[in-house]
Order: sequence, then structure tokens, then C-alpha cells
Amino acid sequence: MRIALLSDIHANIEALDACLRHAKQQAIGRIAFLGDLIGYGADPAPVIERVGNLVAEGAIALKGNHDEALSRQDPSLTAEALLVIEWTRDRLAADQRAFIDGLPLIVHEHDACFVHASADAPHEWRYVSDDGAAARSIEAANALWCLVGHVHDQILYYQGAGRRLMAFAPSPGVPVPVGRHRRWLAVAGSVGQPRDGNTAAAYAVLDTGAASLTFFRVPYDHPAAAAKIRAAGLPERFARRLEGLK
Amino acid sequence: METRLEPGRVLDGFTIGDCVHDGGMGFIYRVTGPQADFPMMMKMPRIGQGQPVEGIVGFEMEVMLLERIRSPHVPRFVAAGDLSQTPYLVTEWIEGRLLEDLVGQAPLPLEQLVAIGAAVADALESLHQQDAIHLDVKPDNILLRPDGRAVLIDFGLSHHARLPDLLAEEMRRAVGSAPYISPEQVLGVRNDPRSDVFALGVTLYELATGELPFGSPSSVSGLRDRLWLEPRPPRAVRPDLPAWLQEIILRAIEPVAARRYPSAAQFAFDLRHPDQVVLTDRADRQGRAGVFTHLKRWFRAAGREGEVMAGAPARQLEQAPIVIAAVDVAHLDDDLQRALQAAVRRVIEHAAGARLTALTVIKPTAAFDGDTLEKTASGIHLEHLVRLRHWAEPMNLPPERLSVHVLEASDKARALIDYAQANHASLIVIGAAHYSEPVLGLGRSVTTAVVEQASCSVYVVKGSGAVLAAQD
Repeated sequence: MRIALLSDIHANIEALDACLRHAKQQAIGRIAFLGDLIGYGADPAPVIERVGNLVAEGAIALKGNHDEALSRQDPSLTAEALLVIEWTRDRLAADQRAFIDGLPLIVHEHDACFVHASADAPHEWRYVSDDGAAARSIEAANALWCLVGHVHDQILYYQGAGRRLMAFAPSPGVPVPVGRHRRWLAVAGSVGQPRDGNTAAAYAVLDTGAASLTFFRVPYDHPAAAAKIRAAGLPERFARRLEGLK
Repeated sequence: METRLEPGRVLDGFTIGDCVHDGGMGFIYRVTGPQADFPMMMKMPRIGQGQPVEGIVGFEMEVMLLERIRSPHVPRFVAAGDLSQTPYLVTEWIEGRLLEDLVGQAPLPLEQLVAIGAAVADALESLHQQDAIHLDVKPDNILLRPDGRAVLIDFGLSHHARLPDLLAEEMRRAVGSAPYISPEQVLGVRNDPRSDVFALGVTLYELATGELPFGSPSSVSGLRDRLWLEPRPPRAVRPDLPAWLQEIILRAIEPVAARRYPSAAQFAFDLRHPDQVVLTDRADRQGRAGVFTHLKRWFRAAGREGEVMAGAPARQLEQAPIVIAAVDVAHLDDDLQRALQAAVRRVIEHAAGARLTALTVIKPTAAFDGDTLEKTASGIHLEHLVRLRHWAEPMNLPPERLSVHVLEASDKARALIDYAQANHASLIVIGAAHYSEPVLGLGRSVTTAVVEQASCSVYVVKGSGAVLAAQD
């Protein structure tokens, strides 16, 4: 089974559609959305519609912290991010809000654990951003492959010859063996808001049969997505991020 | 697998043959089967209680790497078993001689030494081009095919820039074979292809003199000596060795990677062109440097902990291309040659380690032709070299980054293409043949043939008068 891992779409329909088109060429059998469908971006309703249709066809979709902020106070989000959540709430239909509200926090399937943040406490939105956090998440996930988002940069944590986990920065398009004899944690990267200065959308494909994982970068019309953020009057910073600027 | 397999047993379609190795890390069997039309071998690690973890990790690294490398200098990958079930690795069985078997015969004759050095450098270049670094280059891990080409084996300590590095932080320090390991490896750096250049330099030193330049230290502090210790110059051990070879070997084993050859290709180039080797103070060294010099080096080395090296191997090689300029020495002042100079300058000024070969191809001259020096073969040759040097002068390249070469051949395109391939050139810069008079003494067909048949990229340059002068 080849599973496309799409995380942190953040209401960016241009980036999502580009990744879905790319994934179609990758003989995908399943799609997993790893949370944060909304926030930051200007197209929450079209993104939820697209994801909702794919979930109806069997895709996995998880809840992220921005998604949860629609219905619950989240003190960890910045004031600017909360502003976008407020703006988003007014643009969603009741059934779309209900869809978001009903998303699970964690899913175990295909020997893998899918979760937005750390598997050891999915609702606490801890960032898996170092080897210690990755080790705790892997431990709790109880699966061969722990597949997460939340952190926007693509990275693969693995157990090498030593005790500590090691981090590997993948090259786009190069399949990495992720054998069943060790455990792995992959941060899929962000579809809708990459933060590494490269404007291309990020996602990954896990092949459970071949035990390999391929990270991809997909160029998309980011000026259009940034222009929509500006036109909507959302914080300038979020438009600039899509343009690869700080 | 802890016990030896009996011959005749079939495993995943491979029929087990003789066991050719039974060592601490595992077994090697000859195997047969319909999977490949070349001879095969199967490597099986020992797994079980008390086996060192680096054994299985090294095996895993080797499987990942061989699956990806395509090179005549690396055994071909055939199949691998599931690591969690039956770990094995089937590869091509290479008929050849282990370089280790020649160490006992050192010092080797000069010609053999140079041929082996260049062959191993070719193999390393092929590996580095594919983003892999061997990191355990030594006579034990080099096979020589009957045709003279080298094959690298045992990738258990290797690194691949696009694959997770399974060797953990705590094991990184001083992993490798003590006599050959580079100073940066002693410090835990595993992503610098110039570490292989160093190890090949040590190997050549050993084959040339019968001695190891840094001995065989058994402690970490002994290993750290090579961060600053200058080895005895090879000519102090073997006085009949030419100065140019001492220059090459000492450059390869410089403690600071940036002072070594920037690529294995450039290492091979010097071995194949002794007349072009620029002799520095390395060539003259008669003994070790004085205490004061060593002390200075020691202090410098003490500051090298945590030094960060450049990016992935293939990216590093982009900074050290071999560029060939095909120059028409008969028309040095014309517009096209100036355009060619400008094009070459643009290419090399962006690559700090670029090496330029200005080259011309002339018709073979019979040695007995001519009665004055200007008309003899060597006279004509010399005249062309002088002109090539003049052409290359405006590039302002330091001597070690420039060479000039005159090829004699009747098939000029073929000579140029073969030379570029044998020397791992990344780019040929050549003038478009738009004259009624042939460029480079090369007609239109030569440039076209080079574009079509060269294995590297070709940059075809037109002069400013190109449009008017074009024939069609």
C-alpha cells in the first residue's frame, strides 16, 4: 500500500491541489491528512470540501491544533493565528465545522501511527522537533512508522547503532528505506505553509510493502495563494511566508 | 544466521556453493542461480547474542548503498534478504586480485604504482559522483580486475548523502582503519569525499615505500597525531621516487582537506600527467618539519574540533570540475577565441576548485619530418604548448589549476572525446565551426561529433561575428 501523507495544508487550496495532482502520478492507494487543514490561509472552505470528499472515499484525516481552535480556546496559538481562526469560523458552513470537530486525534492502521503532533499526548500539541521528543512519540505510537505533522520541515528520525535517535534531512524524490526491523518517525512537512525558504509544497509517500518513504517538494502557484491572503486582509506575515520570506 | 550453510542448500532461489570466507562478522558464499548472468556471491552477517551491533548496521548500510550505486567500480547488486527475517546480500563476484596482496611486494615499480593509483581514483570519482563516500579505503578493500580497473568493496562504514547514516554519533569517532583514516574522520566528520582522497594517498604512500605514513596507532590520541604531524616524505624512504610523485602523495595526505585534491578526478589527472604536476615545497621536502613548525600546526589543529565541511559529495564535486577548453591555436587573436576565453572564465570563476585543461588536437607528425627544430615533431608540439599557455594566461589561474595539452590524432573529435572521458571532464568548451576555414583545425563535423558523442556536457561558443560568418 502506498499512502500519501499530507499535513499542515493551512487553507491553501493551490498547494493542496498541486500535491494531489502530484500524488496521482505516484500510484497512491490511500491518502492520510495529518491535521491543520485550516489556519493561516485564505481558502478554508474549499480545502475542507476537498478533504471531506476524499474522506468519504476512504482517506484518513486527523485533527490539528488549528482545527481544534475553531471550537476550543487554544492559548498556545499566537494572536495573529487566532485572528485567522476567528476569520475562518465565519466562512465555514455548520456541516464543515462539524466535520472538523469530528476528526480523530490519532489513527493506527497499516502498521503505522498517524497523528498531528506527538503520539504520547496527541491533544497537547507537543512539537516533535528533537530526538528526545521523537523517541517519546515513537515509544507511545507502538507502530513501525510514526507519521506526524505540526513541525513544518521534512525530517526522518531513526534508531541507528547508538542509543539516541538520529535525524535525517531527506532529499526530495529519493526513496529512503524504512525497514521493518527498526522504528521510524517521519515529519511529512507542510503542504500549505513551508517555512524553510523553499516555496514548494511538501508531502511524503510511504510504501508499506516496499518499506520505503519518499519525501517530495511540489511547486505550486504560491503568488496566487499569497495574493488571496492579502486580499482577505489577513496578516501580511502569512502571505510573506508563502513567498519564502521571513 | 550463526551457523554455516551447507553447499547445495537453496535460499530464496540461490544455490549455495563454497564458503569462501568465515570470519567474525559473517560468511561469504559463492552462489548460483538464474537471477543474473554473471558470477555471484552471498554475504551473510552473523546475528545473535554477543555480536557487535556495528556489524549488522554496517551490513545494512552496505545493502542500502549497493542497491543504489551503478558503477563498474562497485560489485553489482543482485538481491537482499529481509533484515528482520533472513539477512543476506547477493552481489556480483569480482574476479580480481586484492590490493592487499601487493602490499608485501612494496615498494612497487613506479609504473605499477601510478596505474593503481589512477585506477583507484577513477573508482572513487565514480562513487563520489553518485553522492557516496567509502570512508574505509585501504588495500584490503580494493580489488584489481585483470584489465587494471579497480573495484571498491566493503561499504560497511560508508556514507550516502541521500540516505540516513546509520552509524550513531557515539560510534562516529575514529571508526575506520587506523593507518588510513583521515584527520576529519578522527574528529567524527563523515560527509567529506576528500577523506577518501586522503586514504588513497596513504595507500599510495604504503605501496611506494612499504611504510605507513602515520604508523598504525591503537589509541585515539595516536590517531589525532595526524591532525598536525607531518609524515616522512616518501623520497626520504625511497630516494628514486620522482619529485612529482612525492608532490602528489603529500598533497593527497594534507591534514586539512581543503589543501588536498578537491576531487578524486583531479588526483587521477595528476597521476596521468606527471609533466603537468606543479611542484611546490612538498616535492622538495627531505625530512620532517622542525619542532617549531609542528608546534604551530598542533595549535591550529586544536582549533579544528567541530569544523563544518561543505555539502553532499556531488555538490562538492560541482565546485571542482575539470573543464576542457578546445583551443584553435592557429587563430589565437580572432573573435571566436576571445569569446571562448570569456566563456571559460565565466565557467571557472564560479567554481573555486575548477581545473582547466587548454587542449588542442593536431595531425600526427612523423618524428623524422623536418630539418629545423620548428618543423620537427617535438618542435611543433612545443610551439603549440607555448600558444596554449598564452591563450590561458588571461584566466589568471594558479599553476596547479591549469594544464595545457597537445593531442596528436587523425580523428580529432574521437581524440577529444576520449581524452575528456578518461580524465573525468565535466565540460568541454569548444568553438562553433562557422568558418570556411576549419576551427581548431577541426571542421564543422568535429564540433558536431563532440556535441553528439561526448559523455560530458559540451558548451559551444560562437564569436560575435558568428551570425554574419555563418554559412547557412
